[in-house]
Amino acid sequence: MQLEVGKVMVRDIRFADRTRMESGVLHIDKNELVKYLKEDASIKDVDIDIARPGESVRIIPVKDIIQPRIKVKGCGQVFPGFISDVDTVGEGVTHVLEGCAVVTCGKIVNFQEGIIDMSGPGAKYNSFSALNNVVLLIEPVSGLTKHAHEAAVRLAGLKASYYLGKAAQNVQPDEKETFTYNTLTEAARLYPDLPRVVYVYMIQSQGLMHDNYIYGLDAKGILPTLISPTEVIDGAIVSGNCAAPCHKNTTFHHLNNPVIMDLLRRHGRELCFAGVIITNESTMLSYKKRAAHFTQKLARLIEAEGVIVTEEGGGNPETDLMLNCKLLEKSDIKTVLITDEYAGRDGRSQGLADVTAEADAVITNGNGNELITLPPMERTIGVLESVEIITGGFSGSLHPDGSITVELASIMGSLCELGYERLTTRLK
Amino acid sequence: MKKLKFAHYINQFYGQIGGEDKGDQPPVVHEKAVGPGSGLEKLFGEEGEIIATVICGDTYFAENPEKAAEEITDILKKYDFDCFIAGPAFNAGRYGMACGAICRAVQERLGAPAVASMYTENPGAEIYAKDIYVLETGKSAAAMKDALPAIAEFALKLARGVEIGFPEDEGYIPQGRRVNVFADKTGAVRGVDMLLSKLKGESFTTELPMPVFDRVTPAPAVKNLARAKIALVTSGGVVPRGNPDRIEAANATKYGKYSIEGIDDLVTDEYITVHGGYDPVYVLEDPDRVLPVDVMRLLEKEGVIGKLFEYFYSTVGNTTAVSSAKRFGEEIGRDLLANGVDGAILTST
Repeated sequence: MQLEVGKVMVRDIRFADRTRMESGVLHIDKNELVKYLKEDASIKDVDIDIARPGESVRIIPVKDIIQPRIKVKGCGQVFPGFISDVDTVGEGVTHVLEGCAVVTCGKIVNFQEGIIDMSGPGAKYNSFSALNNVVLLIEPVSGLTKHAHEAAVRLAGLKASYYLGKAAQNVQPDEKETFTYNTLTEAARLYPDLPRVVYVYMIQSQGLMHDNYIYGLDAKGILPTLISPTEVIDGAIVSGNCAAPCHKNTTFHHLNNPVIMDLLRRHGRELCFAGVIITNESTMLSYKKRAAHFTQKLARLIEAEGVIVTEEGGGNPETDLMLNCKLLEKSDIKTVLITDEYAGRDGRSQGLADVTAEADAVITNGNGNELITLPPMERTIGVLESVEIITGGFSGSLHPDGSITVELASIMGSLCELGYERLTTRLK
Repeated sequence: MKKLKFAHYINQFYGQIGGEDKGDQPPVVHEKAVGPGSGLEKLFGEEGEIIATVICGDTYFAENPEKAAEEITDILKKYDFDCFIAGPAFNAGRYGMACGAICRAVQERLGAPAVASMYTENPGAEIYAKDIYVLETGKSAAAMKDALPAIAEFALKLARGVEIGFPEDEGYIPQGRRVNVFADKTGAVRGVDMLLSKLKGESFTTELPMPVFDRVTPAPAVKNLARAKIALVTSGGVVPRGNPDRIEAANATKYGKYSIEGIDDLVTDEYITVHGGYDPVYVLEDPDRVLPVDVMRLLEKEGVIGKLFEYFYSTVGNTTAVSSAKRFGEEIGRDLLANGVDGAILTST
C-alpha cells in the first residue's frame, strides 16, 4: 500500500467570508462551520476561537486535538466510520494542513481533560503550542448523558477537521512524502537481510473518556489484528479518550504516530517494517491475557524479529504492557517498550504499576507527577476554574493572580507514550 | 574570589592517632587540614581551605552513633563553612557508616551541604546514598590518589552552589530520584534506535529499570467471621457528594473517613466518585458498585459477618505515589486496629 501525503503549510488563521487556503493563511467562514457542527441536535451552541503560537493564551479543558486532512485520491475518505463510510483507507493521496490543529474544548465532560499553553514555560511541554489552533467551544444541550456529550464533541472535532481539510483539496502541497508499506512476501523478497520489525500499538479501551475507535468500531471488543501504517495516517484510529491528559493519545497523535513515521522512514534502509499489530487494553484480566497471547501469535506468524510496544495510559494497562513483553520475549522476539512513569512528586516512588524481568529495554517519556507552576496568561479559551478538578490539578491549583500549579499530568500530550515529545526521566 | 571554607571528618587512622587500638578516640577538632585533608587542600589551591578537621574513632562512633553525631555537629556548629566532607572511607565499613551518618546530621542539623566518599559496596553507601551525596571510590587506600581529585572537584561545586548533574557524570551513587529532562531525540526515535541496537547485540541502557516492590506478609485469616468487625476501604474515589475533603482526581495526597452509620445502601447523588482514571458513569448510578455497603449490610443481617464498621475510608489510586499509598495504609491500619476491626475489604478499580 502506498500513500502520498501532501503538506499544505498553514502559517496563520483568519476568519473570513469564505473558507479557503490562500498564501499560507487558512481562512475560515465561521458561520458556515458553526452551522455544519450544529446539525448535531446534541449541540446547543458552538463558538470558535483561534490560538496562535506565542500568544499569551491558555486553552482548558481540552478533550481532543485533530489535524485537518482530506483524501484527494484513493479509496475512502479520512476518519472512516465517522466522516465517511468504512472503505479501507491508506492509499492514494492525502493532503494535510500542516502547522494547524482543531482543538475541542468547552464544558468539561469529566476530570480527564487538559491544558495547552501557547507561550511561556508551559509551551515547551507539548508540540501543540507551536500550532495554529482552531478551538471549538462546544456547549451541549442540557440533560445530555456524559457518554452522549463526549460523543457529540468527538464527532464535532472530526467534522471540523474534515471541513477545514477540504480547504487543502485543490492546493498544491508545499511538501510531499510518499510512504510505502509492502506486503509480507514483497518485504521478505526486497529486504531479506534487514531485521524484521513490527510495531505493537496498544490502544486504550476502558470506557467513557477511555475509549478509541478503529474505522468507527469501539476498540473494547476487538481481538488484536493487523493494520497498515498508512491506514492510521488517514484516520483509521480516532480517539475518544481523555484519561490523564499527559498521556492520552489524541487523534492528532494517532494521525502522526511518531513510531509509525520513524519505522516507515527507516523501512528498506535500516530495517524491514513488517507490520503494525493493534491491540487493546481491557479492564478484565482474562481479556488482557487473551489479547497478549493473540498478539504474540500474530507477531510470530508475520515473523517479527523485533517489536516496539507503545502503551496508552498507565496503571492497569501496565499489566497488558508487561504481558505483551513477556510473551514476545518468550518467543525470542526482542522488545522495546515505550511508556511513561508516575514516580511521585519527589521522584522516589515506583513509577510503574506492574513489572516483568524481560522488560530490559524501556523508553520513558517522563514522570507525570512533577509539579510545575505556570504563569497567568492574558487570555483563557475555555474554563480556567476546571484546573482544580482535572487530573494533575487539585484544590488550590488556581492562584488569585491566574497562575496555576499543577502536575505535568495536566498538560496535553506532555508524556505521550507514542514518544512524540522529547521529555524523559533520568535517575539522580 | 573569596576562599571557600571546608570542614572535614576522618577517623582515628587517617587522623594519625592510631590503628584499631585507638578506635575509642572521642571526637576532637583541629583547625587545619589533617591527613588526606592536606591532599584535598592542595587540590583546592586558591579556591578553598579546610578550616576544621574532626577526628573520631570508628569504635567510639559505632557504639553510640546518635550521641557521637550530636557531639560532632555541636563541635562543627562553631565553624562557618561552605561544605562538609567525610572520608574517603574506601571499604572500611564502620568508617563508611560514620561518614554517612555525620553527613546526614550536618545536612539536617546545620543545613550545610555535605559529601561522603567510599567504595560502592561499603554498607554506609547503601544506607546513606539516598539522603546525602556519596562519591564512589576504589576499594582500598591505594585508590587515594584517584579519590582526592574527584572529592575536591565535587566539594567545590557543592560549596559554590552549582547545580549537581547526573550520577554518571558527577561520580556519586544514584540517590533514587527520577528527574525529568529533555532529550535530543523524541521517545519514538530513541525507541527505534534502542531496538536496532538490541537486535544487533550491541549494548544499550534502559531508560527505566524495572522498579522493585517489597512484599507484605499477609495477616493471618480472620478466625471467626461471624463475630468479626469488617471495614470497607477503597481506592476507587467514592466520597460523599461535594467531595468535602477535596480528594484529588489523581495522585491523591489524602484519604477521607466517612460515617455510614444507619446507612444500608449508597444512593446516587448522595455519593459520587472523584477518581479520574476510570469510566465513572456506572458508579455514579449506584455507588455500591465500588463501595458495596448494600451487600455488606446483607451479610451483617444474615450473620455471615459480625458487624460492618461504621466508617469507610476512601482515596483515589489514579497515579498516586506508592509512598503516599504506603502512608495511607499504615495510618488507616492503625485506626482500624484502634477501633477493634478484624478485617478489611479493599476495593479498587
